[in-house]
Amino acid sequence: MKMTPRTIATVLILLFLGCVPIYAQIAGEPFYLALFGRVLVYAIAAVSLNLLLGYGGLVSFGHALFLGLGAYSVGILSHHGIDNGWLHLLAAIVVCGIVGLISGAVVLRTTGIAFIMITLAFAQMFYFLTVSLNEYGGDDGMSIFQGSNFGVLKLDDPLSLYYTSFVLLLVLLFAMHKLIGSRFGMVIRGTQTNERRMKAMGFAPLPYKLTAYVLSAIVCGLAGVLIANLTLYISPSYLAWTTSGELVVMVVLGGLGTLMGPVAGSVAFLIMEEVLKAWTEHWMLVLGLIIVVIVMVSRRGIIGNLPGGSR
Amino acid sequence: MTLLRADHLIKRYGGLTVTDDVSMTVNAGEIHAVIGPNGAGKTTLIGQLSGEIKSNSGTISFDGNDITALPIEQRVRRGLARSYQITSVFPDFTALQNVALAVQAQRGHSFRFWEPTTVARELNDPAHQALELVGLASRAGTRVGDMAHGEHRQLELAMALACEPRMLLLDEPMAGMSQRESETMTELLLRLRGKYAMLLVEHDMEAVFALSDCITVLVYGKKIASGTPDEIRRNEDVKTAYLGEEDDDLAAHPAAQEA
Amino acid sequence: MSATLFFAQALNGIQLGVLLFLLAAGLTLVFGIMNFVNLAHGSLYMMGAFIAATLYNHTGSFLLSAVGVVVAMIAIGFLLDRIALSRLYDRDHLDQVLATFGMILFFNELTRIIWGPSPYNMQVPPMLEGTIDLFGIAYPLYRFMIIVVGLVVALGCYLLIHKTRVGMLIRAGSSNRMMVGALGVNIRMLNTLLFALGAALAGIAGLMAGPILSVQTGMGEPVLILTMVVIVIGGIGSVRGAFLAALIVGVVDTLGRSMLPWILREVLSPSAANAAGPAIASMLIYVMMALILALRPQGLFPVRHG
Repeated sequence: MKMTPRTIATVLILLFLGCVPIYAQIAGEPFYLALFGRVLVYAIAAVSLNLLLGYGGLVSFGHALFLGLGAYSVGILSHHGIDNGWLHLLAAIVVCGIVGLISGAVVLRTTGIAFIMITLAFAQMFYFLTVSLNEYGGDDGMSIFQGSNFGVLKLDDPLSLYYTSFVLLLVLLFAMHKLIGSRFGMVIRGTQTNERRMKAMGFAPLPYKLTAYVLSAIVCGLAGVLIANLTLYISPSYLAWTTSGELVVMVVLGGLGTLMGPVAGSVAFLIMEEVLKAWTEHWMLVLGLIIVVIVMVSRRGIIGNLPGGSR
Repeated sequence: MTLLRADHLIKRYGGLTVTDDVSMTVNAGEIHAVIGPNGAGKTTLIGQLSGEIKSNSGTISFDGNDITALPIEQRVRRGLARSYQITSVFPDFTALQNVALAVQAQRGHSFRFWEPTTVARELNDPAHQALELVGLASRAGTRVGDMAHGEHRQLELAMALACEPRMLLLDEPMAGMSQRESETMTELLLRLRGKYAMLLVEHDMEAVFALSDCITVLVYGKKIASGTPDEIRRNEDVKTAYLGEEDDDLAAHPAAQEA
Repeated sequence: MSATLFFAQALNGIQLGVLLFLLAAGLTLVFGIMNFVNLAHGSLYMMGAFIAATLYNHTGSFLLSAVGVVVAMIAIGFLLDRIALSRLYDRDHLDQVLATFGMILFFNELTRIIWGPSPYNMQVPPMLEGTIDLFGIAYPLYRFMIIVVGLVVALGCYLLIHKTRVGMLIRAGSSNRMMVGALGVNIRMLNTLLFALGAALAGIAGLMAGPILSVQTGMGEPVLILTMVVIVIGGIGSVRGAFLAALIVGVVDTLGRSMLPWILREVLSPSAANAAGPAIASMLIYVMMALILALRPQGLFPVRHG
């Protein structure tokens, strides 16, 4: 592996994230475990969105839908006394897969502005659904008393959860790396650059986009399972349009269409949020301005501005 | 034998008839040029033949099969590929990757999620061959966005060839090329003649007369003449159509003087 | 359910539809002609509501507040366009989405700072209190006024778009953006005009919604998303489509919410009906959108592009 600034950044970020629990232990600050646990979860969600947004050029503004579906899969089963992690996982995968397939089939028939609006609308639809589910907390959401239990691994233990998330992230990054260079990945990337030419060469883009959409939905659902275990709470806010917006910001901030971009974006965004929250109660004002500035100034993002991308 | 047959093709945009009852045939291995003054509807015709533009009426058959209703991706699979007048490639990929992608389209489905395409020999070997054919072998690893315009036109051709077509629809392959570049491209097309049938839209008259087995002339969407280069040279309607339209007066053109 | 209740709810549906139209008309033109994704349109609606409520609470005159809101929103629209948004018109959709998303956060917090986090009260003006007798039922006068104003504005839009020169440019720009510029029309001015018009319409919607909905931070976004559903169903760039789709969405949503629990109670057990009713009712509009899109992806009245 060549030692480019990007690979160095990759190693540093991953090393840092891997060592957080050690530091948290030594310093006696469990807060950091929680904060970076969230960073990991959102990084996974952002990695899934990056497949669509960064490599596929599909501006999905409703990705939080799958985060929420994953979380609610855990919450609802747990509420009914089922704490078997494998069942939680299965439920999340199946639900996200099916919803992803159906919504993807509708959504991918449109392009441009319509696509953005419809992804937003679908997420909103499920947001209202969760709000109206009074048995599962409705608008306020509800607590989860038993996390996902995988037998040897119990995800409601913070340390287990952290390292499970971390390992999952590593596996995902490796898988993405392979996916991007594979035939499937080339079709997705080619379609973003020049869909017309892709069709002229004989590719029918829709099945590939739909597959990417479903894969992305399922991975985001996994992030949802993790977040439910992290907060031990489920709430419609996971599906809020603002959450979708934050995911998009993370991907762009970190660097669209780069491997580590989503991770860097998640780290940068959540840390920035913490800093701003500590500084002023009107942090949303500042955050909003910062986002506008980011867009105006540079869209290549943190990793995007580092030389050394492959291909 | 007839490979491509277009019957009574019509294309209207609102009140404007761009393709007006055009019928033509292209035989296997032959180079059939379509010429005409600007605005004659040549690119629209290619669009209709390739499948990107839906005709208002008329039929198209390829190798005996009716392809009128088929979308472009299926026509390519049957052996009818096109290149573009305005270069349409993938600037961030290398030349090899561009062509390999075209090869990939012909090799079954692409639901393979793991093996890197960079080491896929069944993709890269034919891609290398296509690049060699068009003279871009040395630029295989170059990022296309960094290549010159003339090289882009060569790449266009390589990508069309990589689709393993039986017939090529070439939309001004020499657009924007220098004299020397045009000559190279003409030699290249001559080498390909016989192996591939070609429908060639071009403004470069020297190339058209050097290459074509058959020429069709379109004026305002209507076919006004069709025949061998000699017949076209002598055709009065064609001369009228061109006189005063372009500096490239057909009758006065040096290429047209050759007996 | 009685016929009177049904009829009253249908009228409520039309009233909602008319409000949605006011928002959708401006937004669909901005989407269709300027090709600009403006997520901050909901913020304009919110600002209109706050400004109207403030003016009304200080002057007591609804009419004055109405005039004030329109003037203020045109000014705000103009300023936003010139200072920030015009830089984004040529950028791709992702940039526009992100930037306007940032603006939503900014404006929401701004209103919270200025007016506080609790809902800001705006009463129905005294002259518009009470009911009006419509086909035998007593319908709230204020809501009826909203319908009337909305229809008048719709008529105004129709006249503007189909009977004036500016309207012709708008229609031309809707089907072929590039040509209008090539014809020498001052695109910049047209864009600013369109944007200011959209802002004014959003402001009027905010003004009228003030007394019946809650004026508070974040009120814009749920309405924005509903507006986007309207636009998608109606066809991007089509004001006529926006009008019809807005009415359809307004009526379906309102009737759905009021009738569905009742219908379900006839077929399911009370507990199931009470659980499923609100859930399905809130999803109804989106399911309808999905069905329409599955059949006609470009919407009901797509603008044909040259």
